[in-house]
Amino acid sequence: MTTQPIYLDYAATTPVDARVAAKMIPYLTELFGNPASRSHAYGWAAEEAVEIAREQVAALVGADPKEIVWTSGATESNNLAIKGAARFHAGRGKHLITPRTEHKSVLDTCRELEREGFEVTYLDVESDGLIDLDKLTAAIRPDTILISTMLVNNEIGVIQDVAAIGALCRARGIIYHVDAAQAAGKVEIDLSATPIDLLSLSAHKTYGPKGIGALYVRRKPRVRLEALIHGGGHERGLRSGTLPTHQIVGMGEAYALARGSMSTENERIRWLRDRLWAGLSAMEEVYLNGNIDARVPHNLNVSFNYVEGESLLMGIKQLAVSSGSACTSASLEPSYVLRALGRSDELAHSSIRFSIGRFTTQAEVDTTIALVTEAVAKLRELSPLWEMVREGIDLESIQWASH
Amino acid sequence: MAYSEKVIEHYENPRNVGSFGKEDEDVGTGMVGAPACGDVMRLQIKVSADGIIEDAKFKTYGCGSAIASSSLVTEWVKGKTLSEALDIKNTEIAEELALPPVKIHCSILAEDAIKAAVADYRAKHGSTTETETAICAPVAP
Repeated sequence: MTTQPIYLDYAATTPVDARVAAKMIPYLTELFGNPASRSHAYGWAAEEAVEIAREQVAALVGADPKEIVWTSGATESNNLAIKGAARFHAGRGKHLITPRTEHKSVLDTCRELEREGFEVTYLDVESDGLIDLDKLTAAIRPDTILISTMLVNNEIGVIQDVAAIGALCRARGIIYHVDAAQAAGKVEIDLSATPIDLLSLSAHKTYGPKGIGALYVRRKPRVRLEALIHGGGHERGLRSGTLPTHQIVGMGEAYALARGSMSTENERIRWLRDRLWAGLSAMEEVYLNGNIDARVPHNLNVSFNYVEGESLLMGIKQLAVSSGSACTSASLEPSYVLRALGRSDELAHSSIRFSIGRFTTQAEVDTTIALVTEAVAKLRELSPLWEMVREGIDLESIQWASH
Repeated sequence: MAYSEKVIEHYENPRNVGSFGKEDEDVGTGMVGAPACGDVMRLQIKVSADGIIEDAKFKTYGCGSAIASSSLVTEWVKGKTLSEALDIKNTEIAEELALPPVKIHCSILAEDAIKAAVADYRAKHGSTTETETAICAPVAP
């Protein structure tokens, strides 16, 4: 292969913007000081860079820089927020609520807390991926201490109404954590006006480097956490460890760029996404997963009925996309997110996530439509399910020899 | 996932794709797997009067390894007697296609498809053999 595949997996990670990389490099070579070194100019320069980045990150989400804690990424932020808050407030209650469609770094953190004696309600979502506020309210118990939801879902891109959920939590004294890894730079976040207590951020989903993220920890009213990593007392004791100055500078610059270009970039990306959907939905039996309106412009999660996702990926090797079907792992389980939407096994097994980004072009979208259309047609010719459906056989009526 | 060259070759040029008439007297049809597992294979054999499989066709819904396994099996059963076809083992299929451990179930499914097709043919002709149902439980690597 001499040509690179077309990259349509921006929800997995993004390239570091060249402007971001350029800002980072001096902090690896010349300005290499430890930001915690108070006794010389190397340290002062590094500390200054870290604080500028902190302001840049805070500015994108409408926070005070003092509310930003550096972490290694959104997974760590989610761990720190959920474990840190639950353990600190264990005396008040033992109950947490989170939707079934959360990222594994939230779900597995909750599982760990269950092993420690906490109780977790895994909330069902509606068929469009959104949380029903009445059902959430009904799940709240007197001993509920924390609710954690995503702002934007990583697989289906739907946007939860965090303002409404936050208001609900605030009225009951429940801590509200939001995983915004997929949201930063894609949807407006104004923490000065939204009752969110903890918010996880990542750099590498927003054209920054991997290995750096942040947790927003509200100061008014103050949210208290127990640290996970102990040591030199960095980040006001919430996260010890020498700060990676170059990574932090990269995150700050990436967030500053996102703040400047968000509205025009979203408009362009939405146009590309709509073009892609128009092209793909010209085929029969193609379904969009997740709500179309409450959705980031970057995401298109599509099920191509009667075609298995992994074989489809194999047929579109010139495209870098993700399959909702995890057949590549030993589990053979289709996406738990799509299952939580109540999608049939066939549809869950046949899903592909296309995520568009800053460097996607119209020509790439058009090539994608052509490649996918051809591969789906070929695989349907191979599919006994497609043949049966064409003959008018109801697949539900068949006794499948399954486990 | 990196596929072996043979899997890719069968995926790109699947052999003997298609269908025979299910009700035809000389055809045996085996359909194994389930949509819930992400794998459904349908293998059909056309058997001559003297008991030789003279043609075979398949259609498969499933991953590349499942498609390759069933494509390969259509080649292998041709020219064999029914009992010779039943001797094809999943391990031979897995070896030929260099399937990784997580894809062994695809070769097991293909072996089951042969058994099911032969059983269907024999049932049409008045003799029965025991059939085992397909597996789709994950195979531990």
